[in-house]
Amino acid sequence: MDQILFNLGLLVEFPIVNLKIIIDGLLIGALFALAAYGLALVWGVMNVKNLAQGDFVIAGGYVAWYLAGLGLPPLLGVPIAFVVMWGIGWIAYKLVISRVIERDLFTSLLATFGLAIMMAQIMNLLFGSDTQTLDLGYQTLYFADGLIDVPIAKLIGVSMATALAVAVIIFMKRSRMGQAIRATAQDSRAARVMGIDTEKVYAFTFSLNSAICGAAGAIIVMVWVIQPFYGITYSVRSFVIVTAAGLGNLPGVIAAGLGIGAAEQYGSHIFGIGYQQAIAVLLLLIVLLVKLMLQRRKRQVLQ
Amino acid sequence: MFRIGLPVAAAALALTAYSTTPAAAAECDIIPIGAAISLTGKYATNGYHTQNGYEFAIKKIAENGGVQVGDKCYNFKVTYYDDESKGDRGATLAERLINQDGKQFMLGPYSSGLTKAIAPVTEKYGIPMVEAEGASRSLFNKGYKYLFAVLSTSEQYLASAITLAAEMAEKEGKDPKDIKVAVAVENDPFSLDIRAGVLEDAGRYGMQIVVDEKLPRDLSDMTAILTKVKLVKPDVLIVSGHSKGAATAVRQIGEQNVSVPMVAITHCEAADVVGNFPDFAENVLCSTQWAETLTYEDPIFGTAANYEQEFKQAYPEYKEKTVPYQTAQASAAVYVFKDAFERAGTLEKDAVRDAIAETKLSTFYGNIEFSNAGNNIAKPMVLRQIQNGKYKVVAPSEFASDELVWPRQ
Repeated sequence: MDQILFNLGLLVEFPIVNLKIIIDGLLIGALFALAAYGLALVWGVMNVKNLAQGDFVIAGGYVAWYLAGLGLPPLLGVPIAFVVMWGIGWIAYKLVISRVIERDLFTSLLATFGLAIMMAQIMNLLFGSDTQTLDLGYQTLYFADGLIDVPIAKLIGVSMATALAVAVIIFMKRSRMGQAIRATAQDSRAARVMGIDTEKVYAFTFSLNSAICGAAGAIIVMVWVIQPFYGITYSVRSFVIVTAAGLGNLPGVIAAGLGIGAAEQYGSHIFGIGYQQAIAVLLLLIVLLVKLMLQRRKRQVLQ
Repeated sequence: MFRIGLPVAAAALALTAYSTTPAAAAECDIIPIGAAISLTGKYATNGYHTQNGYEFAIKKIAENGGVQVGDKCYNFKVTYYDDESKGDRGATLAERLINQDGKQFMLGPYSSGLTKAIAPVTEKYGIPMVEAEGASRSLFNKGYKYLFAVLSTSEQYLASAITLAAEMAEKEGKDPKDIKVAVAVENDPFSLDIRAGVLEDAGRYGMQIVVDEKLPRDLSDMTAILTKVKLVKPDVLIVSGHSKGAATAVRQIGEQNVSVPMVAITHCEAADVVGNFPDFAENVLCSTQWAETLTYEDPIFGTAANYEQEFKQAYPEYKEKTVPYQTAQASAAVYVFKDAFERAGTLEKDAVRDAIAETKLSTFYGNIEFSNAGNNIAKPMVLRQIQNGKYKVVAPSEFASDELVWPRQ
């Protein structure tokens, strides 16, 4: 308790730190939001709750790390990871996901859970269990007597994440495929009647999700560290964000991602870093409770 | 081959023996020892380091006249079984070594976990075990009578940084009481041991603990802690979280420009902080059990540097690397057995156990003297500081090769 009061005192004593915490939170949240956006897509369109989400992120990170080890510029790792992970996502779809789409919730949960374990172990065999990271060697920007620091590497990462998110949003709104995906998400049977090849849409959606995760991972390896078994961290955050924001609510996903990033930073500053993940889960509980209370009066047909 | 060409081989042996060492190893009897060691599974790499350390020591001791028990000479011969890095397997193999193979003496396995699994077995049969790779202090509060460890226990890993900080404060004419310490360790038994050691030593000097945080296992971001560190400005920052903690800490301390006079972490080598973050890693303190630049020595292995050199000759696969401390401490464990057998003057296991308990030995690996609990209390943990991209020993000061850079830039 003393510790908590002391930490709160620091926030009052150095108000600028609040700004720093929010900036840090937003920088982290942007990457969470990216992975969560992919999940929202797959969840919304195919009704598959992908537990391997975080492992796709880490796999993307390893693609970028491996290429940088071969001497390629690390920033190039982001588009390449996007492409490579697209391919891996497509293979995963054909092998596993396509067989569980029509099945019930637990089949898809179990299948993607198995996929997650497989991916983590394969990465462990291929790359070893050591932590890996890429250092771009960029400077850090300092503001307010050095209390606020923004590594340029993080800025570049977040800019790339933003660019990718914007590109995906435009794609979904404007392109034929984007329209088909949205139509399938609304009502897959009607979409099929209208001549949309939903099987193709599913494969495309899952590959796109995997590619987005891959790009996020390639950014994460430049900003933080990766290890074969860290996928679960990103899976949990993605689920929290999507559940809080609701499906098919893109701005909501982004806002929730940024918000969770900031809330976690605040939480870990005040209660101690050990409670960082607890904050995310607590937020989820609160959101669900509020939603439940709001929906109590709304009558709806069970789907 | 020796049996077939016995006269020729014996003559050749005698010739070479005369030119190298006075007592030819071939004339000596065998003292059989058992060891379960991880040759496959997740500890395989370090398992091999350990085995190589044992074998190298056995060879060196044989070359230097073997083990003199009474007026007879002996050589060690170790039977190894692969425990597959699994505790239950290790315990089964220990039973087999003792019951079926009749081994009266054991060398330790790799890792605290495996040692924890095997120690109850050796204890049950009263078999002395000298181990070199289990550092957890939970091994030494069970009242084991037959377990001896040559290495420093885990709560010592970063405690010497506190002593060093106190020395620096006194040198600057400050009171060690004014030193502020920040601690961030992972929430696992090994790192919590380290934290306990640091807090205990800091308490002894009356230092203030200003940050005391436990990192969750899957965390790869420390910005929140480091922001706090920037605000409260401690003099010492202690971080332990395996290689992930080391990599994250070094990177983010650099990025956030956190200027703490002393930063001490574990697992620098495993995380390769020098290779990954050459600028940020500068002047970070890293703990290690042993380093080849230490000024320890003994009559069998010579100096620490000599040990490294001869080991590399014997095992060319280590040529490009530095010899890991896991190997050095394994060799030291064999040396403890040799010394104890010679002082006991018998091969009777309880007499040898008592002789081990009274060990007072200076070795290339450091001094060895066991507490009643069986851990080595004579060897301090070594702190190396990264200076110009190289690991330089800076503590303990009497064995240091270089001066500590304080405060850290």
